[in-house]
Amino acid sequence: MKTKLQEIQEKAISQIEKAQGADALNEIRVAMLGKKGELTALLKSMKDLTPEERPAFGQMVNDVRAVVEAKLGEAKAAMEAAEMEARLSVEKIDVTLPGKKLSAGHRHPNTIALEEIEDIFVGMGYEVAEGPEVEFDYYNFEALNIPANHPAKDEQDTFYITKDILLRTQTSSCQVHRMEEGRMPIRMIAPGRVFRSDEVDATHSPSFHQVEGMAIDKDITFADLKGTLAEFARRMFGDDVKVKFRPHHFPFTEPSAEMDVSCFKCHGKGCRFCKGEGWIEILGCGQVHPHVLEMSGIDPNEYQGFAFGVGLERIALLKYEIDDMRLLYENDVRFLEQF
Amino acid sequence: MKTSLKWIKDLVPGLDCTPEEYSDAMIMSGSKVEFFEKMDEDLDRIVIGQVKSIEPHPDADKLVICQVQIAADGESVQIVTGAPNVTEGCKVPVVLDGGKVAGGHDGSRTPGGIKIKKGKLRGVESFGMMCSIEELGSNNDLFPDAPEDGLYILPEDAPVGDNAVSYLGLDDVIVEYEITSNRVDCFGVLGIAREAAATFGKKFTPPEVPETGNSEDVNSMISVEILDTDLCSRYTGRVVKNIHIEPSPKWMQERLRAHGIRPINNIVDITNYVMVEYGQPMHAYDLSTIEDNKIIVKRASAGDTFVTLDGQERKLDEDVLMICDGKRPVGIAGIMGGENSMITDDVSTMLFEAACFDGANIRISSKKIGLRTDASAIFEKGLDPNNAIDAMNRACALVEKLGAGEVVGGVCDVYPVHKDPIKLPFEPEKYNKILGTDLDADTMLSYFGPLEIEYDKASNELTIPTFRQDLLSYADIAEEVARFFGYDKIPTTLPKGEALMGGLSPKLKLEALARDVAEFSGFSQIMTYSFESPKVFDKLLIKSDDAFERKTIEISNPLGEDFSIMRTLPLNGMLTSLSTNFNRRNKDVRLYELANIYIPKSLPLTERPDERMQFTLGMYGDGADFFGMKGVVEEFLNKSGIGLDADVITYEPKMKKHDRPYLHPGRRADIIYKGEVIGYMGEVHPMVLSNYSIKARVVVAVIDMPFVLEFGKDHAIKYKGISNYPASTRDISMVVPRDILAGEIEGVFRDKGGAYLESFQLFDIYEGSQIMEGFKSMAYSLVFRASDKNLADEDVNAAMDRILKALDTKGIKLRA
Repeated sequence: MKTKLQEIQEKAISQIEKAQGADALNEIRVAMLGKKGELTALLKSMKDLTPEERPAFGQMVNDVRAVVEAKLGEAKAAMEAAEMEARLSVEKIDVTLPGKKLSAGHRHPNTIALEEIEDIFVGMGYEVAEGPEVEFDYYNFEALNIPANHPAKDEQDTFYITKDILLRTQTSSCQVHRMEEGRMPIRMIAPGRVFRSDEVDATHSPSFHQVEGMAIDKDITFADLKGTLAEFARRMFGDDVKVKFRPHHFPFTEPSAEMDVSCFKCHGKGCRFCKGEGWIEILGCGQVHPHVLEMSGIDPNEYQGFAFGVGLERIALLKYEIDDMRLLYENDVRFLEQF
Repeated sequence: MKTSLKWIKDLVPGLDCTPEEYSDAMIMSGSKVEFFEKMDEDLDRIVIGQVKSIEPHPDADKLVICQVQIAADGESVQIVTGAPNVTEGCKVPVVLDGGKVAGGHDGSRTPGGIKIKKGKLRGVESFGMMCSIEELGSNNDLFPDAPEDGLYILPEDAPVGDNAVSYLGLDDVIVEYEITSNRVDCFGVLGIAREAAATFGKKFTPPEVPETGNSEDVNSMISVEILDTDLCSRYTGRVVKNIHIEPSPKWMQERLRAHGIRPINNIVDITNYVMVEYGQPMHAYDLSTIEDNKIIVKRASAGDTFVTLDGQERKLDEDVLMICDGKRPVGIAGIMGGENSMITDDVSTMLFEAACFDGANIRISSKKIGLRTDASAIFEKGLDPNNAIDAMNRACALVEKLGAGEVVGGVCDVYPVHKDPIKLPFEPEKYNKILGTDLDADTMLSYFGPLEIEYDKASNELTIPTFRQDLLSYADIAEEVARFFGYDKIPTTLPKGEALMGGLSPKLKLEALARDVAEFSGFSQIMTYSFESPKVFDKLLIKSDDAFERKTIEISNPLGEDFSIMRTLPLNGMLTSLSTNFNRRNKDVRLYELANIYIPKSLPLTERPDERMQFTLGMYGDGADFFGMKGVVEEFLNKSGIGLDADVITYEPKMKKHDRPYLHPGRRADIIYKGEVIGYMGEVHPMVLSNYSIKARVVVAVIDMPFVLEFGKDHAIKYKGISNYPASTRDISMVVPRDILAGEIEGVFRDKGGAYLESFQLFDIYEGSQIMEGFKSMAYSLVFRASDKNLADEDVNAAMDRILKALDTKGIKLRA
């Protein structure tokens, strides 16, 4: 019996070593360990042994079985590893081939610039508001300290619908709407379309976009205006950008300023991009004129703050180095796809 | 506004700075310098020379050989020239060997200048060049005594050997400023000089104006009456007799030239000079033409005409202010004098006028008449009446100084509405509070002196000079403090106080969602104009005058017909952009736009129109069919929260409210939700495509965003349990009468499918030879599932029976 067991084990190992493929292994398993297998048959013949002999023999059969099973397992694992190896080697690809193009669409550069601006100011606690594009003269001019016959009214070439209704020339009208709501304090930006009767050329368009900003509270100062807009400039144009505030005049702010940033191309040395000045004019700003607060029902003795207006196209043209404003409204996909 | 830097430096003694330093400092104190031009930038080694002898050139008929003295000590050089007007003894500007001129004698400028070197002309040595005025970078408009063609011959007393550039006053820098409308005082050289003095901490020394006039009294010679005092707040007049017309002196001509003004004669030059210096336009009348020795200032009558001194007949109306004599108008106030009273070379007595007119009226009149002059451009800013008398007296002082005539004593000054300086309390804390600074009162007061703002300690009041019309409140004074403290020195802080929540409105968030879905689906964002041509309605086949699209808001002063109406539908912008791309051979283009249309509530407009945000998609090329677009629309509407609840979005081929003739009648749908048309979509009508020169099928969709915002806002996302039991799927293949729409069949599924019907999906549609004429084959896969059990066949069969029975009533049979 013992010899027979030995033979079975040797035969099984030799067969396993020669076996090709998972099926062959399975056949061996069945032939050896299956219900009608050789080892099973041997186990069945145990009834012919004396009760004393049985445990030792049973142990021997089980040992052989364990050896065969282990061998089968090893062989299977090795075979699978070899198969995997072969498959992986066949499946090798040229990873330097181009990626498959996803045909996602593209955002307009104006929108990209606007979203960046919105992000910056929303982060500083500003709400984003809007106002009407077809507007009453009052909101566009009068409530902003530009009464009838004011020279500033002539400077902005306005499209009129009727005597009192016009296409807004500035998003500053949104300041008035927001102030009239009466909720205090105010931290607001208002992006939108504005209109001026400028003929279309590389730097002009009769319709363009502005972003208005306004912050009103008990004691928001000109120093706060400088700090806020300097922060905006750094986030928009980079940490190394410098800002310069120059005195200027707007009827609805006092004191007023224009903000320049150091040219982000030449870093202030002067180049073609900044017309040799080293600085680029970015926006107009100032402390909201007390009379403007008053007209919209805010007591200037209690509240004060600043306002500013940015030309969105100007930012987009500068930031993406677009040299002709007409491209923004021509909508050629070869242009749009670059953003 | 521009000024000569030399003139500024004369008015601000001790001002020693380069043009760059001047420009930087003035910009930071609020006088924005646009640019400056060094007139002698490209001029070098140019002296006054005198031609001593002229000999013919041996080899060239048109050239001569000159010996030219170029130094006081007699040093001469040989110069060959072809100039036609060279004569022995004449004095000319000479550029020496190694020097530079600004351009050619034809007036062309060469950036960087032209280097002049000694050389040979037709074999004869020449050591320099005699110059025309053009070669010196100027022209004979500013130097009227220079010839059209040829050398600029200098006066006989020009000192030989001296620097010709300085001699001609070309050693100056012209500074160009952008003066804002509030700083009327800075439209004169004196105003700029005052700012420069304050900026650099130097003393401002305006010209001293002595008393002028003989012992006569002008009021016995002329009287002035202002009838329309609302348009003329002051009129001053003085008389000069025994006028002696001659060229003005060199210093005056140089300053006028630096400002781009052509010197003419002493009288004209004085009026121009004072206009530049004081920012106060003046006018001179020939007194012998003034009838009844009377000046009356009054409005014209409608329909009047008047011939101005340029010989043009001008049409007037009752808003135009006129200067009249006893019988007739002699000038349009503030704009231009009349031909009938103009100064001629043989004038002997003249009336000088310096007045103050209403700025707005001058601006309007000048527009109406179509005549904008140097004078009206200044008057329209609204001048200080107190400046008028100063300018008048300055002009008379110059007349005496130049010996141009005999000034009659006294002044005829009618000043019905007197302008006094305003007083403002001195409030240093308020200025600090606005600025965020901590300046002491004395520092602030030190800024005011140079600006001629006086402080009275007893009353703690500031007296604002009348020329500073912009200083009206504490905020204005705070700006003066800021300007001279320095905007750059004000601290840089962030606002303190209540923290606020920022963020986008629901409307803007929905628009951001639309952008995301569109771009995810391959559409790129466009921007088009809000105004367009009324002709677009014809292009879009909108024929009926009653169509709502044709009820447009018209711009009263458009840039042209193409930009004259506010759009009532967004398709023209989309189709124009698609056309641009198509005709540039860009393939497979998908575009979207988010922009308003403008629907008037009534016409003519009395209130703001309804501005409706439209989400417009358009595409041609690969995948551009109705259902490709419908998928995008469905994706957006679902994401926006519409159609996820009990109500279903339907697509109706029959147009519900508007005709939409621009869409293909067989391939279009209104998008309906809760009974409202929330959008429309379809293929664009082939005739419209042809009008836009697009030779491809175009599919568009327009979604009316206010509806989506309204309907989507209530949708709250709620989790529904996921069944753990398997689904049971039934596929059915049907023969369907051709006119029955998928929507109807799906309606039956929804109605009859019962609680276990989870979803259904069309997987095949076929029309053709194997199907009876007038029918089509449609195949759907229906998925049933229960949340609480394994579905038995009977459960599904019952639902299928209900569905098939209902389909049968519509003439739909199962396919054999």
